[in-house]
Amino acid sequence: MITKAQVVIIGGGVSGASIAYQLAKKGVKDIVIIEKGYQGCGSTSRCGAGIRQQWGTKMNCQLAKLANDYFENAAEELQYGQSLEFKQGGYLMLATSDGELAQFKKNIALQHSLGIDSQLLSLDEALKIVPFLNTKGVVGASYYEKDGHLNPFKTVDAFLRAAKRLGVYFYPYTEVTEIDVDKQRVVGVKTSAGYIATPNVVNAAGAYSHRVGQMVGLDLPTYAERHQILVTAATKPILKPMVMSFTKNIYAQQVPHGSIVMGRNCENEPRDFNYQSSAHFLETMAKTVVDLLPPLGDLRVVRTWAGQYNLTPDKQPILGEVDGIDGYYLAVGFSGHGFMMSPATGIIMSEIITGQATTVDVSMLSLKRFDTGALIIEPSVV
Amino acid sequence: MKDGKRAVVCRCENVDLETIRQYIADGYTDIEVIKRLLRTTMGRCQGKTCQAIILKEIAAATGVPLRSLKPTTFRPPTVSIPLKDIAKGVSDDH
Repeated sequence: MITKAQVVIIGGGVSGASIAYQLAKKGVKDIVIIEKGYQGCGSTSRCGAGIRQQWGTKMNCQLAKLANDYFENAAEELQYGQSLEFKQGGYLMLATSDGELAQFKKNIALQHSLGIDSQLLSLDEALKIVPFLNTKGVVGASYYEKDGHLNPFKTVDAFLRAAKRLGVYFYPYTEVTEIDVDKQRVVGVKTSAGYIATPNVVNAAGAYSHRVGQMVGLDLPTYAERHQILVTAATKPILKPMVMSFTKNIYAQQVPHGSIVMGRNCENEPRDFNYQSSAHFLETMAKTVVDLLPPLGDLRVVRTWAGQYNLTPDKQPILGEVDGIDGYYLAVGFSGHGFMMSPATGIIMSEIITGQATTVDVSMLSLKRFDTGALIIEPSVV
Repeated sequence: MKDGKRAVVCRCENVDLETIRQYIADGYTDIEVIKRLLRTTMGRCQGKTCQAIILKEIAAATGVPLRSLKPTTFRPPTVSIPLKDIAKGVSDDH
């Protein structure tokens, strides 16, 4: 194992891989990724893998657009040599009350001002996109044709392969056990495979971000919460967009492989790294999707699985260096949106770490906001 | 491929032996990663056919004994079930 590095990134998921790649591209040498399992084995491999730009704050719209624009050319940029199964079938976001529709209208006006050409759809227009949609209780929809999906396994693999080509060291099945801080400055990390002296550590540990915070004495306001997904057998293309509704508590999207991936939030999910699937999820998911998208009832459930959201109190990530611990950086708390934001995470974090101006102003995402109370109000999260 | 014949290892996702061997040769020697890149053990049978074959290929290529290679997680449901049957709360299909 390498014994000296410029940057050690803790977490070999899509965020860590994207950060490593962008840093290497900027010419930073001796970058190391430490991953306690295999590549993407945490939330990246377990996510719904939808990407959307329909957000309700300026910053999130900008970050999501940056991410999408990157994804549009990612396979070429990363020289992956095969498809990332990128699909732009749109996100059809259903409103079930006049209040929600009014909020969508506001969001769309904001999105338009930032180059995101989303649309407000009537029920008839929504039915043109998904003819079998059960519109009972639905009053309208917000739609953007460029939202969609990528294969998350291939995406993390593409970032990692590109990073390795640029000299990044990747150590799977290796765990960070301690972070060495001397005079308020990161000096190294202890791992299960040896010690690495480094002036910079990035906490990109996803669900495990709180533990990696404790290693430098921080009590981060992040926690892991189980979320579940199921996937059907592959079928012919029948569902173009991601269909989602915050109030009906569902998202469902057909991926290029042909299978349909769907999820919803359950009440009172455990916060103890539970990775088991529950019968309750399977039953409520089936009922919800058969009601909203009836023909999907004929499809067979092949697998269910569980992953962790890394949540913060305002469901917005924490990005940037931590005051008082020089060289300790956070890219945590994506609250279920780490995959879709990952290209932006890589770009922005690499700019922060190399002391450059950031492409998007993310100063409001600093850890300090939980002390000052300057929480972010994003209307477009569950 | 021998004599123009293709040995299909994973029938659910139509993955052949040549592809498995190519991925292993490219350095993908972890069945968890092969699973996620090729969808082997992720199909309807969840690896009942392919898993043992892939693990043997990995063992042969890496020299790691088969007994120390861990299989992938088998997810519920054990057999695939139509969503509408689950929604109804019954499954008279199986």
